[in-house]
Amino acid sequence: MIKFLLNIDRRIIFILVLLALIIPLKSQIFNMPVKPTSTVEKIYKKIESLSQGSIFLLSSDYDPQSRAELYPMHIALLRHCFRKNIKVISMTHWIYGVGIAEEALKKASAEYNKKDGEDYVFLGWKPGFAMLIIGMGQDLYSAYPTDYYGKNTRDIPMLKNVASLRDIDYMIDLAAGATIEPWIIYGSDVYKFEMGAGCTAISAPDMYPFMQTKQLNGLLGGMKGAADYETLLEKGTLVGENLTLEEKTNLAREAMRPLTAVHLLIIILVIMCNILYLLTREKK
Amino acid sequence: MNIFRRTIPLIIAFCLGIVMIFRYYVPHQSAEDLLTKYGEWVRIIGGFSIVLGLYSLFFTHYTKIKRGMPGWGYSIFVFIGFAVMVFLGLIKEFETFLSIISGKLIDVTSPFGSWEKSLTGTSYDWIYQYIFNACGATMFSILAFYIASAAYRTFRIRSVEATILLLAAVIIMIARVPIGGLISHWIPDLADWIMEVPNLAAKRGVLLGMCLGSISTALRIIFGIERGYLGGGE
Amino acid sequence: MTPEKNNKTIDTILLIIFVAFLLGINIFLFSGKYLHFDTQGVGIVVAAFLTLAMYSFLYKDNPLFKIAEHIFVGIGMGMGVVLTWLQVIKPLLYKPLIRHAIFDNTPGTPDYILIVPMILGIFMFARLYGKTSWLSRWSFAFIVGGGAGIGIPVIINSLILKQLEPSLQPIFVDWVVTWQSINILLILVGTISVLIYFFFSLPHKGTIGGISRIGIWFLMISFGATFGYTVMGRMSLIIQRIQFLLTDWLHIIK
Repeated sequence: MIKFLLNIDRRIIFILVLLALIIPLKSQIFNMPVKPTSTVEKIYKKIESLSQGSIFLLSSDYDPQSRAELYPMHIALLRHCFRKNIKVISMTHWIYGVGIAEEALKKASAEYNKKDGEDYVFLGWKPGFAMLIIGMGQDLYSAYPTDYYGKNTRDIPMLKNVASLRDIDYMIDLAAGATIEPWIIYGSDVYKFEMGAGCTAISAPDMYPFMQTKQLNGLLGGMKGAADYETLLEKGTLVGENLTLEEKTNLAREAMRPLTAVHLLIIILVIMCNILYLLTREKK
Repeated sequence: MNIFRRTIPLIIAFCLGIVMIFRYYVPHQSAEDLLTKYGEWVRIIGGFSIVLGLYSLFFTHYTKIKRGMPGWGYSIFVFIGFAVMVFLGLIKEFETFLSIISGKLIDVTSPFGSWEKSLTGTSYDWIYQYIFNACGATMFSILAFYIASAAYRTFRIRSVEATILLLAAVIIMIARVPIGGLISHWIPDLADWIMEVPNLAAKRGVLLGMCLGSISTALRIIFGIERGYLGGGE
Repeated sequence: MTPEKNNKTIDTILLIIFVAFLLGINIFLFSGKYLHFDTQGVGIVVAAFLTLAMYSFLYKDNPLFKIAEHIFVGIGMGMGVVLTWLQVIKPLLYKPLIRHAIFDNTPGTPDYILIVPMILGIFMFARLYGKTSWLSRWSFAFIVGGGAGIGIPVIINSLILKQLEPSLQPIFVDWVVTWQSINILLILVGTISVLIYFFFSLPHKGTIGGISRIGIWFLMISFGATFGYTVMGRMSLIIQRIQFLLTDWLHIIK
């Protein structure tokens, strides 16, 4: 029996995982309040402190493969900026990320009636990674002669006073790969702007050394980071301010129910396999 | 001929490497301009590199089809996907190509030809939204099932190290979902401590090690000791 | 019937059931007005089909998965070519240089210096042909050499020195032991012991062995934390796909 349980068919585990994900999605089981972590609060407070018309740079360096983890925080950050009338420059280092970056910008800007060129600019994709960052730090207009839609960047009203990265008030890199470090070492450290980051859960632990050195002011790590941000955003809503239906759609908080169930399942599986393992060892 | 094949590349790497190191310590506009120009050139050269990727992919699948290797039929779908996407993506660029062929410059006003509006709402965008997005997101998520199965099979407390690893993993897993905080506030607090102290220390150690490694590799490249990037042969 | 043939028959039956199931559900969704027969509705159906085709790999490797996988690769490469032309070659090379060479009436003056990166770019193709492959070394030397030079000072400044800074602050202020001072000390011990663990020039015996053992413990905690986060990340991906299937496609969840 123990041997059978230890060598259980993987497809049975697959079905258990599937059930742990579907049942909480359909029902309200594990519907619990989310308590934001301090690393997320720091980013929220920073954006809260920015005045109207401040320039916020959002580099969304991810593609459809990591969309599930980063898109919710992407939307939440844009909503926060547009709600506070902060001007957004959006770009991506990832060739397959262009579509998502544009989709998020279009969606959030439409919710707040923001205009292209006046309230936000979409620069699109360019190759070069570190070289592109350096180029933007030297001269934004020559690094990006045109925006994604072919408009001359020098003629875009919103970019009138943004000649380089030195004119940025705050920046966040949403990363599915190794783009946060280049942004720190070639961007924020050299051109002196404050920076935060959002990343996939798998790379979140790697970012902690940069928070202690203040090279990152905060971090949104995976789905939990996004759920924290959504919670803060809702708490920060002014009394009497009516949230639109879109704003009430909290992509990450919806995911916390199945995530709780599946985390518990894996913990139970790990404990069970260890008990069985200890039992077989004792027998031997 | 050896001078062209080996010496000149090494001289290029050496000179550029040294110039770029010293550029950092020269607070002058020309040093900044040099860096900007270099960055622009690298981006142009990088643009050409996509042809190498294209060749490698096409060569593999063309060979499969030509030799009728097992599963050759699937390779046709690579070509179909590629052709459809290139056609739809560049359909508005045809005037550029036509102007090249006819020798007359059709569009001189707009910097991007007729591609002034984005690809949003086009057939290209539809494929990106519903095919590329769906396949990409799903392919990666398949791993989720395997990670659960692997955790069950391999996470055993065989040694002190394995036990430490398992405990840290369990604490983080329970703390990063709302139930952790509801059981006790100590759980998320402990998770934060793990992340901010022992995890930070280990990651910093690894980061410093990697940095020292990168610097030594960079110096080896500049001084021509590391020549792996030149490829094999003479 | 041999077991192999038997398995094949089961797989074929499963495939037919799967396709029939999809067909039936989609007819129901369209006829019940859950989905509209427009670009969005059809798109959702296609995306749902591809999602399930990909997941069929969990049962075993099969033609549906393979087709979806190959289409994905082809589309990805196609997009790469489109964007490289539109966002790199066209604005950075075609417009300022090549266009002037082809047409007489192009406004402005050509940027002749761009001939250098263009030639270096073309040299990259030489790698594909054995006899001239050495030409590509010039291009690689240009990128790798310059990159190495740019990297050295910034790595020293922004990573090494900045990372050492917090480890060099006083641990005890006025010899008062606080929770924070213990943490600073722990980070210092952890960082040094991990570095020593990765230092293979000395044999890991005696004191060095003991310190590197501590380094392993720190690494294990870090790996454990990373594993916990990885589970969260991977599960988030699948949750999004299930949400798509149940909400956008099947309309089971509102």
